[in-house]
Amino acid sequence: MKKKNLLQRTILIVVITLIGIYIVIGPRHRPTLHDFTWSGIKANLAANIKLGLDLKGGSHLVMRVKTDEVFKNLTLNDASAIQTIAKEAGFPVKEVKAETTGGNYRIILESTDASKLNDIEEAVKKKVDLSEWTASPSGNTIVWTLPASAQTTIAEQATEQAQRIIESRLDAVGVAEPLVQRHGSHSSHQILVQMPGIQDPERVKQLLKAESKLELVHVVSPPSPAPVQTYNTEEEAKASLGGTVPTNRRVLPYADRNEPTAGGQASGEQNQPPKKWVIVESPAIINGSELRSAAATQAQGGGDSYQISFALKPSGADKFGAWTGANINEYMGVVLNDEVKSVAYIKGQIHDQGEISGRFTKQSAEDLALTLRSGALPAPIEYLEERTVGPSLGADSIRSGVRASLVGLILVVLFMLFYYRGSGVNAVVALILNMILMLAGLIIFQATLTLPGIAGIILTIGMAVDSNVLIFERIREELRSGKTIPSAIEQGFARAFVTIIDTHVTTVISSLFLFVFGTGPLRGFAVTLILGLVINLFSAVYVSRTIFMWELSRKRKMESLSI
Amino acid sequence: MIQVFKDVKVDWLANRRVFIAISVLLMLAGLGSAVVRQWAPGGTEAFNLGVDFKGGTVVTVRFKQRPSAEAIRDALAASGASDAVIQPVIDKPDVVLIKIPLAGTSDAESQAQIDLGRSRVRTGLNKFGTEGDAYEIIGTDAVGAVAGAQLRNKAIAVTLAALVGILMYIAFRFEWTYGAAAVIAVFHDVLVTLGFFSIFQWEVSLTVIAALLTLVGFSVNDTIVIFDRIRENRRLHRRQSLYKITNDAINQTLSRTVITSGLVFLSVLAMVLFGGEVLRGFSLALLIGVIFGTYSSVAIASPIMVWWEQRIAAASKTSATVANRSATGAARGPSTGGRQPLPSGAGNRSRGAGRA
Repeated sequence: MKKKNLLQRTILIVVITLIGIYIVIGPRHRPTLHDFTWSGIKANLAANIKLGLDLKGGSHLVMRVKTDEVFKNLTLNDASAIQTIAKEAGFPVKEVKAETTGGNYRIILESTDASKLNDIEEAVKKKVDLSEWTASPSGNTIVWTLPASAQTTIAEQATEQAQRIIESRLDAVGVAEPLVQRHGSHSSHQILVQMPGIQDPERVKQLLKAESKLELVHVVSPPSPAPVQTYNTEEEAKASLGGTVPTNRRVLPYADRNEPTAGGQASGEQNQPPKKWVIVESPAIINGSELRSAAATQAQGGGDSYQISFALKPSGADKFGAWTGANINEYMGVVLNDEVKSVAYIKGQIHDQGEISGRFTKQSAEDLALTLRSGALPAPIEYLEERTVGPSLGADSIRSGVRASLVGLILVVLFMLFYYRGSGVNAVVALILNMILMLAGLIIFQATLTLPGIAGIILTIGMAVDSNVLIFERIREELRSGKTIPSAIEQGFARAFVTIIDTHVTTVISSLFLFVFGTGPLRGFAVTLILGLVINLFSAVYVSRTIFMWELSRKRKMESLSI
Repeated sequence: MIQVFKDVKVDWLANRRVFIAISVLLMLAGLGSAVVRQWAPGGTEAFNLGVDFKGGTVVTVRFKQRPSAEAIRDALAASGASDAVIQPVIDKPDVVLIKIPLAGTSDAESQAQIDLGRSRVRTGLNKFGTEGDAYEIIGTDAVGAVAGAQLRNKAIAVTLAALVGILMYIAFRFEWTYGAAAVIAVFHDVLVTLGFFSIFQWEVSLTVIAALLTLVGFSVNDTIVIFDRIRENRRLHRRQSLYKITNDAINQTLSRTVITSGLVFLSVLAMVLFGGEVLRGFSLALLIGVIFGTYSSVAIASPIMVWWEQRIAAASKTSATVANRSATGAARGPSTGGRQPLPSGAGNRSRGAGRA
């Protein structure tokens, strides 16, 4: 009976060990002779274990979508649309105001004739999609407010859209195996991007961040052949509009300036030609969503100067063609990210072609074309966290981590063998099995091994051996109190087991909190520690017990126990 | 058989005043350092918070021929980054960390500062030769002010939540007095360790928080081993006082305590010495934590538990003579209603104290 039990236990342990070894160093392809050589084992190990960015090198970016900008733009656009429609329909409108401060977004329409309010509201509703807004007419004003529930939905949509655009940009620029996911609580509108081993993190960072909001607008100016109307300061431009900018006008900077390369140099520190300002009509004739294609092409002057040629979708081309046809000799501006890049006068009807000139380099023109093709971000994004680890730093970290683990392991093994003699071998076997199964666990659960994760492994070495110390000390005590060897072993395990469970559960509790609520590095640490502790219940208790049983069964009567 | 301790008979609880005085002094020293540093004009802050918690940029640079820290500082100051801190890496002579703190608090400001800081570091470093030739930027960490504050609050919340979780588990497995004593001891360990970080101005980063949580687990481990033994001994020796039982339990588990702590200490020491710069804060925190975690299980958790249990026992004794049994049960909670010792079971609680 005893013998059979022992056999079962031994078979179970051997099978689990072999499976563990296979998972850790076994190939994921048909095995060849090479898989049994040292270099083959190393290659398989490297292929099986997923390393974190801090160990293999790469970039980790946390960004936030500035959702309040979405509300602001929505408010301003809808306000100007309401004004245009109400005026075109000939309603008595005194003014349309947009309020975008303090988290409140409101459009206020004031009419001179209170009796026409309902008609105005109906007329506007037909032409502008105001489904998110709540309208409340009173006196001679209509106030549209954006309720909190609508804000939540819009912000959520914007974040999802930003995430899709970021994914397509990463894809277009050729980043291998990027990870894009939501980060933190949903209402924080954060996106996490992890890119392993990229060459130029700065460039990718700028590419992801590029708003690439393209608009074609009507520049308010006397028609050609007079030069386009520009102003030297923003105030000057505003003054020409009578002090305040009406809802259907925008004052935008206009500068024919050098584009910073997306490779990084902050544009603020470069010498730029002085900015000028122009007044444009709002809303734009068409925007970037009507874009069919965009590509970097060499500018007509040739040389190092580049421009972006774009083509419009049929719907956009119709709109654009109709407008240009009606506005020959007027000025049109190409606006990128709220800055007028170029102004051209309309010689004849244009349908679906256009270009953005602005002295781009080849790289910056290609990057801009790429971001234009992927679409404009619904709102600007800002980086909250950026961490980049070069491959050489990662390799250093692996080296120090492995070295520290080995030194710790060797010290512990030497002590156990010295102090507990024969039984120390039990502990050492248990410890090594624990290491193998922990790595196997990491691979099974597809968890990434990070530097704090290695720290968790080192700590597991210390804590795993504690179980053996507890058991051995207990067995010694029982022996001292005069028990026979088999019953001392039995009692030692039984008594120590209660303690081991309690200590393991408390540590798992604190690690679970780290895992569930912690961020990046904290989680990697918690994963290895939890895995190590759970496996330890098997290796330090079950396996070690089986080795003792095995020793007992070999001799009919055991005279002494090496402990 | 080699043994660290043979049949120890130390009266640990007799020294409890000394132990508690030492701990209070240590905690006051740490607290004093934090308070003085925080409020003394022109001084440093209570803790040397890393970029994880404060926001800012760390650029890791590997030089072919490392210039002196002075030379790097001068070069950076010339390019406008005069507030940069230059920190050589101990075990890698060619690597330098350049830290640029954040001045603003709003996110927009910090974003601009991060970009500006980094371009200034590049400009400054270019004085030593071109990038990729004379030097190489092997890593950057940039955290905005808001993200830093988020990470900080999260770390504090996680630590406190873990403590509550442990308290509940021990209360469930033992008694709430045991749980409270263990948590007080652990809290003490965290405070003392943080005190060291304030006094020596070691950098507090995210990994240090992980170390603190590990230390929480480790210290509670030690305490539980002793408490488990107390629970067991109370079942075996009903007539002994809690005072004696506790002393015996500490003595019986002493070899295990010393061996385990010694082994964990060794593996953590290996981490301090060989684990590299990134893990240094983590391993330093653990090194201190292991020492105080072991100490507090013996010197803080056990005395507090005994003192508490004795007070409860004394209170129930006086009230039992004055009032009837139901009042006693109410005062001591429903789980302790039965005062007759039960034969066995985890929920059993024989009031050894005051019974000897």
